[in-house]
Formats: sequence, C-alpha cells, structure tokens
Amino acid sequence: MNDETKKSDLPIDVPVDLSVNIAGLEMKNPVMVASGTFGYGSEYAEQMDIDRLGAIVVKGICMDAWDGNKPSRMVEVPGGLVNAIGLQGPGVAGFDEKYMPFLRQHDVPVIVNIWGRSLEEYGEVAAAFEDVEGVSGLELNISCPNVKEGGIAFGTNPTMTADVVAHVRKNTTLPLIVKLSPNVPNIAEFAKIAEAEGSDALSLINTLPAMVIDVETRKPVLSNVIGGLSGSAIHPVAVKLVWEAAKAVKIPVIGMGGIMRAEDAIEFMIAGAAAVAVGTANFIDPVASLNVIDGIAAYMKRHGMSSVSELTGSLEL
Amino acid sequence: MKTEKTKIVEHSHLVGDYRLLVLDAPEISAQAVPGQFVHVRIPQLEESALRRPFSLYKAENSTISILYKVVGRGTAALATAAEGSELDVMGPFGNGFPIPGSEVTPLLVAGGYGVAPLYLMATRCLKKGVLFVGGATAEDILCIDEFEKLGWDVRVATMDGTLGSQGLVTDVLDEWLTENSARNDYSPAGHEIFACGPDGMLKALGDRAIAGEFKGWLSLDKHMGCGVGACLACVQKLQNVGGDEYWGRVCKDGPVFESREIVWESSE
Repeated sequence: MNDETKKSDLPIDVPVDLSVNIAGLEMKNPVMVASGTFGYGSEYAEQMDIDRLGAIVVKGICMDAWDGNKPSRMVEVPGGLVNAIGLQGPGVAGFDEKYMPFLRQHDVPVIVNIWGRSLEEYGEVAAAFEDVEGVSGLELNISCPNVKEGGIAFGTNPTMTADVVAHVRKNTTLPLIVKLSPNVPNIAEFAKIAEAEGSDALSLINTLPAMVIDVETRKPVLSNVIGGLSGSAIHPVAVKLVWEAAKAVKIPVIGMGGIMRAEDAIEFMIAGAAAVAVGTANFIDPVASLNVIDGIAAYMKRHGMSSVSELTGSLEL
Repeated sequence: MKTEKTKIVEHSHLVGDYRLLVLDAPEISAQAVPGQFVHVRIPQLEESALRRPFSLYKAENSTISILYKVVGRGTAALATAAEGSELDVMGPFGNGFPIPGSEVTPLLVAGGYGVAPLYLMATRCLKKGVLFVGGATAEDILCIDEFEKLGWDVRVATMDGTLGSQGLVTDVLDEWLTENSARNDYSPAGHEIFACGPDGMLKALGDRAIAGEFKGWLSLDKHMGCGVGACLACVQKLQNVGGDEYWGRVCKDGPVFESREIVWESSE
C-alpha cells in the first residue's frame, strides 16, 4: 500500500480526542514531561509552547533548599545517560516564591515531585503543598537512587513503601501519584501496595541504578559513585514493568523511561499506561514531547481511533 | 524559539584534530555575544547522544563559525557532517563577556582552542589589547594571524617551546603584568582579563585578578546536558557578594563568571 491509497482510505477529518483524566486531573493529552528533565518549566518556555503539554512534573522538592551532589553529575553512555544530580532544589518555600508565579500564568497542570529524608519529612512536604496555589498534584518520589537518605530506600522495601504512601495520603488532598523504582524483584507487589495505601495513580519507571568507571584513572566518573540510567537503553525494561504494574492495579499508570519518539510512548500505552512522560529526550530535543503528542494523534488517525484511551492496555497477546 | 535548522556552509580541517565549522544561521548570528555558546545536535548519533556545546568563534554575514577539536564520540561524529547538510543548533545561550569601555586594555588569555570565543571578543572590543595564548605545542596555537590582522599584540607560549616562549601562558602574562605595573600611570582598573581554557589556567588567572585587584572574566567549559539550565549537570560552586556558596549553572548563569564569583574545589 503506498501513501496515496493510505490517505484515501482514511475517513476525512476524524476527530481525535487526546484528552485523559489521570487521578482526577484533566489533561489535554497524555504526554507529560518527567521530573528532573524539565527544570521548573520556565527553562524550556523559550524553546517551546509549554501549554501544549499534558502536564509538567517539576524537579524533586523537599522541605528546605537542598544542594544535591558534587560534580561530576552526569555522564553520557551508549543509549542514554547516567545522572547523579542528587535532587538539588529550592525547597517548598523557594519553589513557591521563585517558580510558581511563572507556572500560574500558564495553562498547564503542574505536578510537584516531592521527596524527604524521613517518613515525617515526606508528610511535612506533602502538607506544605496544600497551601501552594496552582499545584495540581503530587508525585511521590520513593525511587531516586542518588540521595543517601530517603529516595530509593523507601521504594524498594514493601513495608516502608506502605508506610510512606499512607502517611503522605493523610497529609494531602491533592491527587497523589507514586513513582515506583524499577529496582525491585516484583513490581506488581509495589504497585498494589501503593494502590492499597491510597495512591491515585502510579508513575514508572524511575532511573535504573548504574555506574560508570574511567578506566584510565580507575575512578568512578560520577562523584556520587553511582547514578541512575535513563534514555533509550531503559525503554524495553520500562515497557515490561509498566505492563506488569498496569495488570496488577485499577488506578492509572503513567509510563516513562526512554521515550524518544511517539512510537515509544504508544508502546507504553499499549502495555497499559494511561499517560506517559518524556524525560531524557527533552535534553536532546526540547520539542521531543510535542513531537510525541503530534505522533500519537497521527497514529490514532492512521488506526481510526477517536479516543486516546482506546490505546491503553490494547496489547494483543 | 531558539532552535535553528542551519546549513553547513563550510566544514574544513585546520590542523591536527582541529576543525572549522561555518553555518548559515541568520538568527543566531544576529544575536551573538562573545563568550556565548551554541548547543549542537550531533548528526548520525541523533537520539543516542546529548547535544554538544561550542563557543562562538565568529558571527558575521548571517553565519556563525565554530572552531572545535575532535576529542570524543560526539565531536568525531560531528566531524563527518557534510558541507551542504543541515545541523540543528540551539542558541545563542549563556552570558558572554562584558565588552569593556575604551579606557580598558583587554587582556585575552587562551588555552588551546579556548582562543575561539576570544576572537569574537577581539572583533567587538573598543580598544585593541593583547592576546596571550598557550598550548602544549605549536599545533595547538590557532588563528593568531587573525588577531594580528585586527592589530592585536599576540604573545605565545608553548610547553615544548615549538612556538613563542617555552612555558605556560600565565608566564607570558606575568611578564606583561610586571612590566606594566612598573609604569607611572599604572592603574589596576586599566586592564581586564577575558579568558577561556582549562580550569587550571582559569584558576591561575583568577588568582592573579584577585591579587592584582583587576577584573578577570573566565569562561568555563563543562560537560553539559540540556544547555538551558534545567538538568543541573554543569554546575560550578559559586559565591555571592555576601559569601554564600551555591551551585551555579555554567550553561545558564555562565559560562562567563568574574573571578571573585568562583569557588574552586580542591580537586579542580
């Protein structure tokens, strides 16, 4: 079939509905940008129309300003990069003061990725966002490999995961998305725990713990020694985990990990994701997320789909 | 939007591993400030490589030029880009060098291909000054004839003595500083350093600027991720006037910083 016949076979002007509702959050389309890869939105506003995004997930924030790790913090590897930024951030008050005025002027849902060094701090940060105007939801980061306390320690232990999700749930009225670590033997178990403790949605995967050594100096390239792998290399791993998590729960799953183009995002949705997030690709091409949105719409037209939700879980086995 | 689909007008081999890339980029060319950089998407590698930042060497007649050295897989892939092909370029990004007033003698100090942004600087300076350029060997000393054509005083140092005097670029700078500080009309405010090169050289220059009570503007070279200030990979420890230390982003807050802003870590 050549391009000419393809076009004429299609119904003319099929209305394509890209909108989704994730955890009570109305989004224009299922394409978000992943935490840590899009700053606080303003950094990319000169490069693209951020209002076209389904949602922006801002970089991880804890209660007070946090310095993050020493450089070097990022290294390119085949198929992606390994980072150990270490959650540098302005803290809740600093974020509200410095970044929210800009974000409030925009017509795009803002989801704040939150983290803490203790159960109490997680609750404290969640509660603090009750008073920040313009925040549409919280993404609970229990899967960052780059901080010594908090982060992945919570996300790889079932009891700790249950405790932190339950505690944060008590402290927020906002839609709550729990971001899962890929570094567990059974993702379904953690997905079910998060759902049972009141999470409204799940996002996965966070980066895969990784390490790079400079063979000349025999030293680790990253000052933190280990970091998190992201980019194309982790995409098939992420698809498998999204598939398993989505089968295990009723709440929506947001798929992420190495989305470079629309096909990668569509793959996540077919595997069971209700929405997706573009991460590392933002660094390479600031309009990668917008290309994914357009590519999903084109795919839907090509397959005669009217609603993007038809894609979710449409895997044929 | 600051992404431009540019066309490669010229892509040539200079000497050794050094190459020249000239791009038809009217928007970037019109906005370019010396010391700013462009963030280039690497052809062939496309999605499997981050962009690479390059200082602007020239910006004239709707074109921009980049002078680069093939040092890794990104620049090796870039080196294969054909004349006439398209290159995806973001920029110009970052804060460049402040152009000094006509009463100030600019002292440009380069290590190797750090000379590139200093050439654009020389074309924009109101007063002709001195270029100090250092490298391992004669092959690393690039485009000095162009500075001479602009009427600049050029002083060269190479580690092996194959061009100019043998030793470090800071040695030839020190000679100039000693010579000039002996003059009756000497004032520390009469000259400023504008430099680009390896961290060790920049730190040495910053120390001289602080000790000599003159300004020293240093352009840092760091591995970058996004180039727009979002990823926080290319950070440098800085201090504000109150002495509070923080991580500054080389891509967004720099790449040019005044010597007094930078806090050098012991490992650097």
